[in-house]
Amino acid sequence: MTTSDPTQSGEPTRRDFIHIIATTATAAGAATVVWPLVHQMNPDASVLALSTTEVDLSAVEVGQAIKVFWQGKPVFIRRRTPAEIEESEATPLSALVDDNARNANISGADASDSARTTSADGEAKPEWLVLVGVCTHLGCIPLGTTAGENKGEYGGWFCPCHGSHYDTAGRIRKGPAPENLPIPPFQFVSDTVVRIG
Amino acid sequence: MSGHPSTYNPSTGFEKWLDKRLPIVRFSADFMDFPTPKNLNYWWTFGAILVVMLVVQIITGVVLAMHYTPHVDYAFASVEHIMRDVNYGWLIRYVHLNGASMFFLAVYIHMFRGLYYGSYKAPREMSWILGVVIFLLMMATAFMGYVLPWGQMSYWAATVITNLFSAIPLVGDSIRTLLWGGFSVDNPTLNRFFSLHYLLPFAIFGVVALHIWAFHTSGNNNPTGVDVKDVKKDTLPFHPYFTVKDGFAVALFFVLFASFVFFNPNALGHADNYIEANPLVTPASIVPEWYFLPFYAILRAVTFDLGPISAKLGGVIAMFGSILVLFVLPWLDTSKVRSMRYRPVARLWFFLFVVACIALGWLGAKPAEGVYVMWAQIFTAYYFAFFLIILPLLGIMETPKPMPRSIAEAVVTKPKPTEASTPPAGAVPAE
Amino acid sequence: MSTKMKNARLIALSLFASFAAVGAADAAGGKAKKVEHHHWHFSGPFGTFDQDALQRGFQVYEAVCSSCHGVELLSFRNLGQKGGPFYLDSCPAGIPETIDCANPNENPVVKAIASNYKFQVSDGPDEFGEMFERPALPSDRIPGPYPNEQIARLANNNALPPDLSLITKARHHGPDYLYSLLKGYEDAPSTVEVAPGLYYNPYFPGDMSQNLKPEYVDEKGYPQEGVEVPLGGVLAMAPPLADGMIEYVDGSPQTVEQYSADVTEFLMWAAEPKMEERKALGVVAIIYLLVLAGLLYWSYRKIWSDAH
Repeated sequence: MTTSDPTQSGEPTRRDFIHIIATTATAAGAATVVWPLVHQMNPDASVLALSTTEVDLSAVEVGQAIKVFWQGKPVFIRRRTPAEIEESEATPLSALVDDNARNANISGADASDSARTTSADGEAKPEWLVLVGVCTHLGCIPLGTTAGENKGEYGGWFCPCHGSHYDTAGRIRKGPAPENLPIPPFQFVSDTVVRIG
Repeated sequence: MSGHPSTYNPSTGFEKWLDKRLPIVRFSADFMDFPTPKNLNYWWTFGAILVVMLVVQIITGVVLAMHYTPHVDYAFASVEHIMRDVNYGWLIRYVHLNGASMFFLAVYIHMFRGLYYGSYKAPREMSWILGVVIFLLMMATAFMGYVLPWGQMSYWAATVITNLFSAIPLVGDSIRTLLWGGFSVDNPTLNRFFSLHYLLPFAIFGVVALHIWAFHTSGNNNPTGVDVKDVKKDTLPFHPYFTVKDGFAVALFFVLFASFVFFNPNALGHADNYIEANPLVTPASIVPEWYFLPFYAILRAVTFDLGPISAKLGGVIAMFGSILVLFVLPWLDTSKVRSMRYRPVARLWFFLFVVACIALGWLGAKPAEGVYVMWAQIFTAYYFAFFLIILPLLGIMETPKPMPRSIAEAVVTKPKPTEASTPPAGAVPAE
Repeated sequence: MSTKMKNARLIALSLFASFAAVGAADAAGGKAKKVEHHHWHFSGPFGTFDQDALQRGFQVYEAVCSSCHGVELLSFRNLGQKGGPFYLDSCPAGIPETIDCANPNENPVVKAIASNYKFQVSDGPDEFGEMFERPALPSDRIPGPYPNEQIARLANNNALPPDLSLITKARHHGPDYLYSLLKGYEDAPSTVEVAPGLYYNPYFPGDMSQNLKPEYVDEKGYPQEGVEVPLGGVLAMAPPLADGMIEYVDGSPQTVEQYSADVTEFLMWAAEPKMEERKALGVVAIIYLLVLAGLLYWSYRKIWSDAH
């Protein structure tokens, strides 16, 4: 071994070097072990498997809406009437609180009615509106899906927790909620079957 | 926990402020500086290995509890869910499963080391007794943990072990019912075992702190068993000398551990535990995990009634007695010499004791019939004789070999290590 | 004093010696034939599953075993996960770009297997409060043949066909045992009588002395002098495989041996689907630990070099 007394020369010697390497190697190993311990808390394979759900819409009449369960949350699917579509299309972007489409299928679009109904293949079917039914304020479930419920001042949904009003395209119009109801990834696999997720 | 004069000098204002209020830095510094006999051999690294194993078991256990369901209908499936679906679940479960075995392997080596070098003798009786408490807590924790996957062996081990308590006169049946929370091992049993399995490791952690506190008060024993005479000549600070040595030993131990976890994860387990518990069918042979086999052999070795004591109760007494006798060991061994290095006769009986323990382990896995029972009885008798007859008598009869006057002398007279230059024993180590 | 010491030593030594003899006294073990050791693609520290064998094994399972045995810890999606029988790195031609075939939930082969599976999954209740059957999705567990244990026993002469998800881990020498059992059926020896509905297999653990014909047992029911008790036992499962009964598209031999080996490989995968990942990580872990031990040893020698 080449010997240089570490107490006399100020530079790190081979002797110091091996301690640094050994300490680093130990720390690197310990840090690597942290990853499985953290990653185990991420959604597991069985949860991810349920992240896609296919819904048959053939029984939904015009003017009706249904609730389905997706990733532990309700998804609202409303078959809108021509009047509702028209009302939504006629709303100028300047009247909106949030002018972002909040649509997982197209990024960065404005909150026009067609952008709110666009599916993963880029096409919009104005008749069908698919939304994650969780109020963007603090996570309550807005009313307005089931017949007879309060749809709010804009004919869409109304959140009873803190009084947020959503219009017929699920856009926030009044109340404390900051954002439009989000559109989940979805795609029509046939005329009457939609895949969410 | 230090038991030696503190060398910590708070330098900054904040350190001084903190030191007056919560001397945690002083505590850590003194702990790391603890004067440790320089002649500790690799058998002494198992203490550090055990601390690491306890931490590994607690961390992996907490993680597993995030995914496990303590219910008879879901427990087995939730363990398989961990193995199949949870991210790295298979790794965490196999580490926990084999970690238990590694923990016991290390603790047995640690205990045999204490026996051989007389670490239980004055002034370290408290450290030894706390160690036995830790061992008992470990056994309870391991047993209850084994029940949780709710396989066939889980269920039947729980049934057999809880039935042991019914051997206790008068109150036995009530105790058993209390443990079960029902008329057999069932959902209430599984739930309480889960709760206790989560709790006890933290109790172990607490007793480990006391265990370390105790030998930091008396100072470590060492292979010569000779007391530290001169701190400068006989000892080295714990850090870096023993942290690096223990670290090396932990790395080597982990190679063994990893070879089980990654390449033979079920080798130490029993195939029947991959069958879900079925209260209507008992497996062909019920065998505990390997680390309980010697005690299982002692339990089954008592096949005869002893006066008013039935064979069943006798077996239970023998099994618990085999551990309880360790509590009084410091007063059973009458020899003034600690280390068996200098006790030529005791050493021979000690090795025979190790053989007896291994043999009992082997016999515990064999059917309780014929020649196996006879040998289990012979080794059980020897187990108790070693503590109750041989050690008390040898202390009086045996002539010990001459001992070194000090640890430093023992180190110097040892064959020189391969490293060329050995500075004089008095050289102050660079820190 | 010293003679006592010598005696003490002598006793200790003789106890040592006598224990050495006890190892030889180990009685003869099990009553089943020793399993045949097959060379498995998955054995050894670097062994992996052979995907073709897994696919053939699933075919055998689906065609034969699944009529009586479930693999209910498995979901269809497992078949398409990394290392699984139908895992796809990339999509075959003709699949739309939006589909990620490496994702087991979107794997087209797995979807087809699930929706065409011989059993449908029970779901519900629907809007009328009724349970209904529907084709399976990748996220569904693979449905077993019987809804509950009682029906399983009714259909099988009171025997319960075990679930096979973990069978290779739930038996000693699991894969070798399963392979030996499946291909090891033979006619019962002439000295024994096998009740109708039961079948003799030399690898099945049992006690054939119970089946000896009356002329071979004494009054107490023990085998007569010189009568050899056959190895093995009787089980309720008829020989399930026959040469040529399943058509392999990849040209592998259509023999009982090949079927047995393939279905065993599939069931080993079913019991331990993370084996490949485990072994691969194990190699890295062991190498790291050995290097670390080397570094720490070097560091240790350096630190201690001035300590003596």
